[in-house]
Amino acid sequence: MANIKELSKIPERLTSGHRLCSGCGASIAVRQVLMGTTSPVVTAAATGCLEVATTIYPYTAWAVPFIHNAFENVAATISGAETAYRALKKKGKITKDIKFVAFGGDGGTYDIGLQSLSGALERGHNFVYVCYDNEAYMNTGIQRSGATPTGASTTTAPAGKVSYGKPQIRKDLTAIVAAHHIPYAAQGCISHWNDLVTKSQKAFAIEGPAFLNVFSPCHRGWRYPQSDTIKIAKLAVETGFWPLIEFENGKWSFTYRPKERKPVVEFLKTQGRFKHLFKEENKPVLGRIQKDIDTHWNYLEKLTQATSA
Amino acid sequence: MRERMPGKMHQDETRCKAVILTTHFNGWHGIYFKLNSNNMPTKTKQKEKTKNIVALTGDQAASEAMRQIDPDVVAAYPITPQTEIVMNFSQFVDDGKVSTEMIHVESEHSAMSACVGSAVSGARTMTATSANGLALMWEIVYIAASTRLPIVMPVVNRALSAPINIHCDHSDSMGARDSGWIQIYCENAQEVYENVIVAVKVAEHKKILLPVMVCQDGFITSHGVEGIEIFPDDKVKKFIGEYKLEHTLIDVDNPVTYGPLDLQDFYFEHKRQQSEAMKNAITTIPEVLAEFNRTFGKSHDLIEEYRLNDAQIGIVALSSTVGTTKTVVDELRKEGLKVGLLKPRFFRPFPKERITKALAGLKAVAVLDRSESFSNEGGPLFTEIKAALYESAKRPLVTNYIYGLGGRDIFPEDIKKVYKDLEDIKKNGKVGSLVNYLGVRD
Repeated sequence: MANIKELSKIPERLTSGHRLCSGCGASIAVRQVLMGTTSPVVTAAATGCLEVATTIYPYTAWAVPFIHNAFENVAATISGAETAYRALKKKGKITKDIKFVAFGGDGGTYDIGLQSLSGALERGHNFVYVCYDNEAYMNTGIQRSGATPTGASTTTAPAGKVSYGKPQIRKDLTAIVAAHHIPYAAQGCISHWNDLVTKSQKAFAIEGPAFLNVFSPCHRGWRYPQSDTIKIAKLAVETGFWPLIEFENGKWSFTYRPKERKPVVEFLKTQGRFKHLFKEENKPVLGRIQKDIDTHWNYLEKLTQATSA
Repeated sequence: MRERMPGKMHQDETRCKAVILTTHFNGWHGIYFKLNSNNMPTKTKQKEKTKNIVALTGDQAASEAMRQIDPDVVAAYPITPQTEIVMNFSQFVDDGKVSTEMIHVESEHSAMSACVGSAVSGARTMTATSANGLALMWEIVYIAASTRLPIVMPVVNRALSAPINIHCDHSDSMGARDSGWIQIYCENAQEVYENVIVAVKVAEHKKILLPVMVCQDGFITSHGVEGIEIFPDDKVKKFIGEYKLEHTLIDVDNPVTYGPLDLQDFYFEHKRQQSEAMKNAITTIPEVLAEFNRTFGKSHDLIEEYRLNDAQIGIVALSSTVGTTKTVVDELRKEGLKVGLLKPRFFRPFPKERITKALAGLKAVAVLDRSESFSNEGGPLFTEIKAALYESAKRPLVTNYIYGLGGRDIFPEDIKKVYKDLEDIKKNGKVGSLVNYLGVRD
């Protein structure tokens, strides 16, 4: 369990002055995750908002080592750094204990970087991979990704006269990652900082690959007032839209369970990307989204029971 | 049926005709033969000054050099005909013969990505690839060079798809000629071995800091067995020295941001610096080669001139075709024809001054290209040489032959035909056809 007093003593690794939007979920996710360890860290990021807004040459917002290589290869890049570290440590050329952490958006993780991530997980590198999931390609202007939820309007799956936005469901990335049977994988949310920092502490502490899928709202892409980021993130958890679960040594469990799950429309109605769903002709889609969430929740209940024995 | 004469047959020190049965094995440590001057393998007879001659394929020669280099990290993915390099090296790792940490990546894109992460962390880093593998890692090939990382990569040249073909041509590495990597082309397996060692020293030179591709001909060199002189391990180790990067990613006390967003106000300056590095390379590589030559008793240079001094017509070629051409030159010389050959060892940086000087006295020159550029102006080697000669006061007539695509053999008769064409060009004082195709059915 994270203690806010203790956490406040950890120096900021991502400093202020970067050029992410105010109210951006990504920087909150990064700062909370980096509170999960007091060890020195080497960080890496896939191409995306986080990278472009924190490293505009000749400035950097990173007070710790940082590398950006390309869009789809942050997991492979951190593999190389972590392996170099092991090689040089073996030879006595480096003595410190260092943690390695990679950040990618949902585009760089669910989609274009999935192979690179899968390879790194399978090889068992000692690193933490963090997906800051804002459910679309925000850096290039809100295009649909494999993480975009059903019904969201994006610039490449816009709501139109014959479309209600993205017709497909989002990929269950956390389960895909867990299928690699790595020691630790979890879903976190920036509104539940204690839960997320605790998960991050676990992720950094274990030997081998660990994965955190962090729900990180984007006010530009989701179209809500920038002051509402945390409120909306919280609603995602309270409605079951983003379950807080973890997969630890083969066991699935909920780390937080709302007393009573709110209807998903409570979450959907806060954002411009779902506005069209409230038109009469799209009402059935709202029903479908609620049904999908219920089905997935029930699936998770069974999964936690089946693996807890 | 014409006799096949692959380029690997021509070597300065040793002509090895020993044919070891298979190239698809790992346990080649067991077949160390000492070769005497009669080219016959024997385990007992040795000359006064013993050289360690080992029967190896080009791929094995590359992996043997890698064993001696003992890089900190190798990240590689298997692809024909490079596979034996990865296989052999993996065996070295698993037998504890090297201290290398190996990353068995899931693709070539990840191979080069991991190499970037490793090299930037201060580890001496290597990989190897061929054809489609190089094409897949393309994006990161540029990033490796632009981040100024001294990664060394044997490239076993193979035709690019489509149609899919596993045999030799240079379309893979020639496509990467403007990626910012240094490129060395090897005539035979001995050169593969030596150039891989040279490459480490060149790549890591403070004035250069650029990655290096060491190219050899797929199957022709990579899977043909030759007698290779192997240098003592300690001598190689001493020659390459330690890899020390000034600012490493994993120096947590001195944090550095690598790979930042670089916009209109700085990108151009950084690219300009990269050009300077390649300019430094053309003047610094000869210094490294001189040290290599002193250490190992060799005579490496940016280019190799073969009987060019008094030649009137000449061929320019890369890699294994050079060996075949040398044989033809010798034959034609016996007939009294004044023919010669120029072999650029380095294609990047392009040794322009040396090439134009070497070709200045000739009446006619044919450039052989083992890849097509689809510019309608000839292959990449040709267009570069033609452009270089433009400023030359004494420039020969030039013509281009594209040959050997997808592993099509080139025979001595083909090369004789080129020299015959050059004789006609010399006589007529003009080039009939600028771009020609050699050994293809019309």
